[in-house]
Amino acid sequence: MSVCTLRIDNRDVAIAAGASVLEAARAAGAAIPTLCHLDGLSPVAACRLCLVELEGSDKLQAACVTAVADGMQVRTDSPRLREIRRSVIELLFTEGNHVCAICVANGHCELQDLAVTVGMDHSRLPYRFPDRHVDLSHPLFGLDHNRCILCSRCVRVCDEVEGAHVWDIGWRGEHCRIIAGLDEPWEAVNACTHCGKCVEVCPTGALFHKADTSEEKQGHPERLQALVHARNHQQWQP
Amino acid sequence: MPEPYPELQPVLQRHGYRPDGLIEVLNRAQELHGHLSPPLLRHIARQLKLPLSRVQGTASFYHLFRFQPPARHCCLVCTGTACHVLGAAALLAALEHEPLQERGIELGSVRCIGTCSGAPLVVVDGQVWNHQSAAGVLDGLRSLDP
Amino acid sequence: MSGACLRICTAASCRSRGAETLRQRCSALLESANSASATQGVAGRDVTVKGVGCLGPCSEGPLLAVDAAAGGSRLFSLGTNGQAGSAAVIEAAIKAVAADLHTAVADGDGSAVAQWSPPHSRELPADDPFLALQLRRVLAQCGRIDPAEIADALAAGAYRQLQAVLQRNDPAGVIELVRRSGLRGRGGAGYPTGLKWATVAAMPGGEKVVVCNADEGDPGAFMDRTVLEGDPHTLLEGMAIAAHAVGADRGFIYVRAEYPLAIERLRIAIAQAEQHGWLGTAIAGSDFSFHVELRVGAGAYVCGEETALIHSIEGRRGVPRPRPPYPAQRGVFGLPTLINNVETFANIPALLRLGPEAYAPGTKVFSLTGQVRRSGVLEVPMGTPLRTIVETMGGGAPAGRRIKAVQTGGPSGGCVPASALDTPVDYESLQALGTIMGSGGMVVLDDTTNMVDIAAFFMAFSREESCGKCIPCRSGTVQLEMLLRKLLSRQASELDLAQLERLCPVVSEASLCGLGQSAPRPVLSTLRHFRGDYLALLEPTPAAPPQEQNP
Ligand SMILES: Cc1cc2nc3c(=O)[nH]c(=O)nc-3n(C[C@H](O)[C@H](O)[C@H](O)COP(=O)(O)O)c2cc1C
Ligand code: SF4
Ligand code: SF4
Ligand code: SF4
Ligand code: FES
Ligand code: FES
Ligand code: FES
Repeated sequence: MSVCTLRIDNRDVAIAAGASVLEAARAAGAAIPTLCHLDGLSPVAACRLCLVELEGSDKLQAACVTAVADGMQVRTDSPRLREIRRSVIELLFTEGNHVCAICVANGHCELQDLAVTVGMDHSRLPYRFPDRHVDLSHPLFGLDHNRCILCSRCVRVCDEVEGAHVWDIGWRGEHCRIIAGLDEPWEAVNACTHCGKCVEVCPTGALFHKADTSEEKQGHPERLQALVHARNHQQWQP
Repeated sequence: MPEPYPELQPVLQRHGYRPDGLIEVLNRAQELHGHLSPPLLRHIARQLKLPLSRVQGTASFYHLFRFQPPARHCCLVCTGTACHVLGAAALLAALEHEPLQERGIELGSVRCIGTCSGAPLVVVDGQVWNHQSAAGVLDGLRSLDP
Repeated sequence: MSGACLRICTAASCRSRGAETLRQRCSALLESANSASATQGVAGRDVTVKGVGCLGPCSEGPLLAVDAAAGGSRLFSLGTNGQAGSAAVIEAAIKAVAADLHTAVADGDGSAVAQWSPPHSRELPADDPFLALQLRRVLAQCGRIDPAEIADALAAGAYRQLQAVLQRNDPAGVIELVRRSGLRGRGGAGYPTGLKWATVAAMPGGEKVVVCNADEGDPGAFMDRTVLEGDPHTLLEGMAIAAHAVGADRGFIYVRAEYPLAIERLRIAIAQAEQHGWLGTAIAGSDFSFHVELRVGAGAYVCGEETALIHSIEGRRGVPRPRPPYPAQRGVFGLPTLINNVETFANIPALLRLGPEAYAPGTKVFSLTGQVRRSGVLEVPMGTPLRTIVETMGGGAPAGRRIKAVQTGGPSGGCVPASALDTPVDYESLQALGTIMGSGGMVVLDDTTNMVDIAAFFMAFSREESCGKCIPCRSGTVQLEMLLRKLLSRQASELDLAQLERLCPVVSEASLCGLGQSAPRPVLSTLRHFRGDYLALLEPTPAAPPQEQNP
């Protein structure tokens, strides 16, 4: 396998060709924030948090979908990137209704963690207080649209890993929302196997176990990764 | 049990029951039935072997697909650029204040139909009415059969 | 052709003013007169009527051209320019024209018709700048041929370039000609067409696809509609030549549902071209096959973006994806795909006929609308000054008003201030002014226009049309529009203006596709040239500090 050498924030990195800049950065110990990306799922480059600067180009590139190239020079941090990341987090917070204090994911929420990372102590943009619903029809799980950031991880895990394709994104633009079946209550969709994968990969408190109360939700993306690894490599760790 | 919606067979066949025909099939289904009802969408999903959420997600993405039956008449105000600078916003606002719904007329808007020389214009049941004022449109709408 | 000919524009704009009824009346009338003269053995009355594509100055429509048998033609406007013609008024006008034509036919022979002027009409002289300053290449046959009759198109030379290309059978040579001509994509981005063709041609694999982007979503733009309705065969010929050049045997035309007449004309044209062996298997006796399918959209502007367009052709949500891979690498059904705009393809036959040197620098079709006296479609040499188009050809602003700006490039474009009207219209000059050539929509704004309102209008458009996939566009356009509305309601402070200027680059730099990336451009362009309009809306007293909320 051929190897690419590149420079990330003044550190030299050697990594297999075909890897993404995100993988290379992680190997080099550079922290790039991500939300929509999850190892084991196909990349969509929707959240735009992982944007990085490439030497010789004005255009920012999403690290999660950009392949490494020999001699590439990557900058993962700059005032420009910081401003974008903070704005993106502000846009996510103001778009939904995130009342962290009463959320199941409080303390274990990727969105909340990122707000701290990017230094968003308040929003410079007004909150929009949209009118959104909660679907509690499923016997085990719930979906609170108020906390959904439309990262589509649930859609992808249910389609790509579980093969059930219960979820999809419905409508368009500001009206986008996660839908089950023909925009029905979750419980009405027979395809759901109750596997819980969507709940485990949800970065926020939008998808949750009904048994959990505030601050009790823990995401488990590592279970997905173990599963995908086992399937791809035919290796199981009992 | 007889196959429901036999009238959809030709378009399904033309696309070989392949998923890439979905939008063409939805277009035809709406043409025939006026709107996309849940049983109709279920039927299409089954025929194309697609998950329900994929069909609903796709249909709801496009503005022209509708999930409620249409009213008897439809009046679309063009809100494209040319119509906007010649007063479409005021025209639409004036019509929104009229009880058109009660008279079986659905009011909507469209972003340019490409005949901007007639701006500001409305499209009533597929017919283009050029250079309209609110009074003119209301006059015209009165002459539609109830 | 021997006899005189009445060409009646039946394209969408004239059609909305009763042109199709007029054509049917005149046709029926002349048919009966012609058959009467045939039985009576009176020679020379052969007058034909045909419905044709857009003749150009749509605001004067319905338009009718009278061609004399001896050559020469006169153009008449039956229109009421700017007046809302009620159905009754239109009906009366059509009756009067038909009756008068009846008399002319009964009175004399074809030459009488050649002299005839329709009642209540205004002749548009041939030296009218709107007509005289045009250079019609893409639109050469638009308005001349009957788009529903391939025989008419063939008589005018359609598919001759395709035939020559197939005979020479030198795909690389054709790509080289296109490259040398300097042709750039007419869909907005202006990417060099020859380069794009070469990239697709170089891709390995036997199966490739050619896609025509006929989604024409920019509001206030209707150049592509004009080609589709008036001369679909030139487009099909261009596509077939492209397919041969890059090695594709399948084609799709993705056309927006808002253009029912264009869809109908395309359906007819494809079927007729197949019947005549100009599309399908073994074209013109060669071993080249090219099958074209029509795909009709369902109301989504973002489907004009090429990766969204690919998804839509595949029957999915029209959501863009990151590039690379570019469509040339992975397009429709994962195959290497060439995507070009309608006008780009329609340039090809003329380019090959003239040769790259005589063709350069080419022409551009514009649709001229808004607060201008004469609106319609015009094709002018690349580099024509904007002033020539909007003032000389379009007649400038309506009486008593002055032009304030010209908006180009739709929701991805910006405004050219009146002070810069002498700018030549080409890709670089417009870019230097902070706008883009775009696809060719030109909306004239007069001095009654508030530019903040225009910016808010386009932001609302982008917000509505955002696919919703990426957050900067999905939510950023909402916040930007809120800021603009706050300004318009005179409740905004300097802080809000600063917020607006801060958020614009975030949305344009962070968004995934061209829609979000260019959504702030109308704001930035109006801020640059018309900052006064913004400042005039600011609250006189400093506003209360913005509320701070914790998540
Ligand atoms: C939001 C968006 C909308 C677009 N709409 C159109 C369109 O309606 N028609 C078109 O030809 N190109 C449109 N484009 C440009 C296309 O993506 C693409 O660049 C073009 O079709 C390529 O053809 P060309 O090289 O011949 O210009 C759009 C691009 C974006 C980002
Ligand atoms: S529980 Fe499993 S099958 Fe059900 S929606 Fe979630 S991921 Fe899909
Ligand atoms: S429910 Fe959770 S996983 Fe699904 S899109 Fe929303 S935030 Fe992402
Ligand atoms: S920029 Fe807008 S239209 Fe483009 S992908 Fe993002 S949300 Fe969709
Ligand atoms: S992690 Fe790369 S765009 Fe979301
Ligand atoms: S803007 Fe109304 S028809 Fe084009
Ligand atoms: S549509 Fe008739 S002249 Fe343009």
